[in-house]
Amino acid sequence: MDWRRFAIIALVIVIMFGTVVLIGTSQNTPLVIITSMMATTIAVATPLTLGALSGIYCERAGVVNIGIEGMMLGAAFFGWLAAIYMNTIFHYPAMPSLIVGVIAAVLTGGLFALLHAVLSITFKVDQIIGGTVINILATGITGFLNRQLFFGAGSVFQGHIPNAPGVLPTIRIPWLADIPTVGRIFEQQPIAISAILLVIITHFVLFRTRWGLRTRAVGEHPRAADTVGINVIRMRYMNVIIGGFLAGLGGAYFTLESISSFEANMTNGRGFIALAAMIFGNWTPFGAWTSALVFGAAQALQINLQFFRELIPPQLAILQNSYVVGLAPYLLTMLILTGIIGKTIPPAADGQVYEK
Amino acid sequence: MQSTAEKGFIKRLGQLLEPLLVPFLAIFTAVILGGIIIKVVGGDPIAAYKGLVQGAFGSPQALSETAVWSTPYIFAGLAVALGFKGGLFNIGAEGQLAFGAVAAALIGYALPGWLHTSIPPYIHIPLAVGAGVLAGAIWGGIPGALKAYTGGHEVINTIMMNYIALNITSYLLNGPMRDPNPLNLSARTPEIAVSARIPPIFDIPGMRIHWGFVLALLMAVVVWWLLWKTTLGFEIRTVGANPDAAKYAGINVKWIITLSMALSGALAGLAGAIEVTALNYRHELGFSTGYGFDAIAIALLGKNNPFGIILAAILFGAMRNGSTRMQFLTQIPVDIISVIQALILLFVAADAIIRFIYRIRAHEERVVLTRGWGG
Repeated sequence: MDWRRFAIIALVIVIMFGTVVLIGTSQNTPLVIITSMMATTIAVATPLTLGALSGIYCERAGVVNIGIEGMMLGAAFFGWLAAIYMNTIFHYPAMPSLIVGVIAAVLTGGLFALLHAVLSITFKVDQIIGGTVINILATGITGFLNRQLFFGAGSVFQGHIPNAPGVLPTIRIPWLADIPTVGRIFEQQPIAISAILLVIITHFVLFRTRWGLRTRAVGEHPRAADTVGINVIRMRYMNVIIGGFLAGLGGAYFTLESISSFEANMTNGRGFIALAAMIFGNWTPFGAWTSALVFGAAQALQINLQFFRELIPPQLAILQNSYVVGLAPYLLTMLILTGIIGKTIPPAADGQVYEK
Repeated sequence: MQSTAEKGFIKRLGQLLEPLLVPFLAIFTAVILGGIIIKVVGGDPIAAYKGLVQGAFGSPQALSETAVWSTPYIFAGLAVALGFKGGLFNIGAEGQLAFGAVAAALIGYALPGWLHTSIPPYIHIPLAVGAGVLAGAIWGGIPGALKAYTGGHEVINTIMMNYIALNITSYLLNGPMRDPNPLNLSARTPEIAVSARIPPIFDIPGMRIHWGFVLALLMAVVVWWLLWKTTLGFEIRTVGANPDAAKYAGINVKWIITLSMALSGALAGLAGAIEVTALNYRHELGFSTGYGFDAIAIALLGKNNPFGIILAAILFGAMRNGSTRMQFLTQIPVDIISVIQALILLFVAADAIIRFIYRIRAHEERVVLTRGWGG
């Protein structure tokens, strides 16, 4: 990541944090506010980070995936559904139910990814159309089942949504979480922690293993990769499915870690913002993660401004309006895509069908 | 024994019907799969589809409602198809439609007050509809210009514009443009003035079919004429087929990209404006939800051909309209329609699957619809 991009990221985060610190200064010390903002930022950046990593696996192997949004939505629904079934129908305690839910979410992501792979690699459908199909299919299936299973004729739940088994518990990272005030940053839930670990793992896999080298070869120059004996089709399939698992874990964040209920279209464009984070991070895991943090900070800004609503001075009354502040991540995404902040270079064969 | 003339006729008929074959089989397969899903969740697929057809075509009122539902689908489908022809994927029809509706509603209810006078319909209607078209054109033109001049990919930008439009309309409909009537509990604008309303075709209660439907059919002809009979249309199609060749041929590629997206947005904005001026007489939050994705499915099902889009839009309108009766008769949630539509889109987009299942050989060349991030 070049210094200019890093400077922009730092500047944007400082402005966002600074705004809240200035507004909240009469109620809390800057350190407390910054700590709380950082904790929120890391938490809400989780699905964006996982979505961006999902995109990195797909696109480094040469497959454009704009279906991440749909994969996350489907995973959020089926993970939540699995947890509810385990808990209320099979009477398992909350913890095993939630774990089954996370596994179901990850597998759902993988299944949608398999569909994307079949469409775009085997049937050579335009990859952007293929991704759109996934998005529409996920919206339709989750919307239909959400109503049919709970309110439809013959529903085992007979018209009411049962209580979900809650959300995944917070993990205190030993030592770090014990630091006074700042320790709050190190109390995170498991998916948020695994997202950060997966950034490190993905970096290692992509740039330090044979698998990663082959993946990148397939995404940059599939013909050359094929010539030296790499199975292009198989590598693309595997990477798209791994990407699907990650998107599935990102989906689990919505219904098993953030809140314990499902709403229609609750992913709200996060899958697309994740793609923007991937692009801004120049298709590298750490780049994508820092970009995801910027979007996380934008969301943390919105949440914290709501919290300090009464303290906002009248000159800045516009910030009291959550709709206006809510524009920040979307405007930021568009600004980033213009490339004025620095040119990004996608893998050379990204989006191209490979024909022998 | 068949005569050669007869053989020639059958062959020619086959050639004529060939483009219809894959869409037809895609719909057929999706309907079968939809039936299986209904069966799996414990419903009766035959009864459900019977209710669907009855609700969509069973009476003059049902037919009128199908036309009413199809109207915005025709406009929005044309919008997406125009983008595709220019090599641009407009996923933002939803936001453009919402903005068109907001602008038309604003001119519709507020303009007489601003001017302190009543306005005759032949001025007020074009102004309200024109405002909607302009708003849609701006909302589509921004991502178009960003694509042309900075390379920011229109797929993500149009989606971001959808969310921005949603936030802004939420703000407007809950704030400055909210219906001040004390009985109003929802985020909606006041009713537009009578002078801004496009009348229904028949003066019969329950027959809501309006002149907007006729305008939609005319618009399909206009888009066809624009794309295939004008220089501008030729330039749009050339840029869509091969931007490098277009550049060497002296076409201003950046301007054409911006213009294509603006025109696409204008058509989507028109859809919103007509819904406000001819049907709802106000804009209410959330009414535009889902139109953007449906429009993509319609454009692809209609093979980006304006007349194909009319057929696809009427099919989608009929399904949306009939689904209410289906839900009433069989308790199958209307959302099953979204699943069937997604399956139709799946099979139309991946026509290789349909050709594979039904063993049809491909004749047509592959058409490039979109391009990767490189831009």
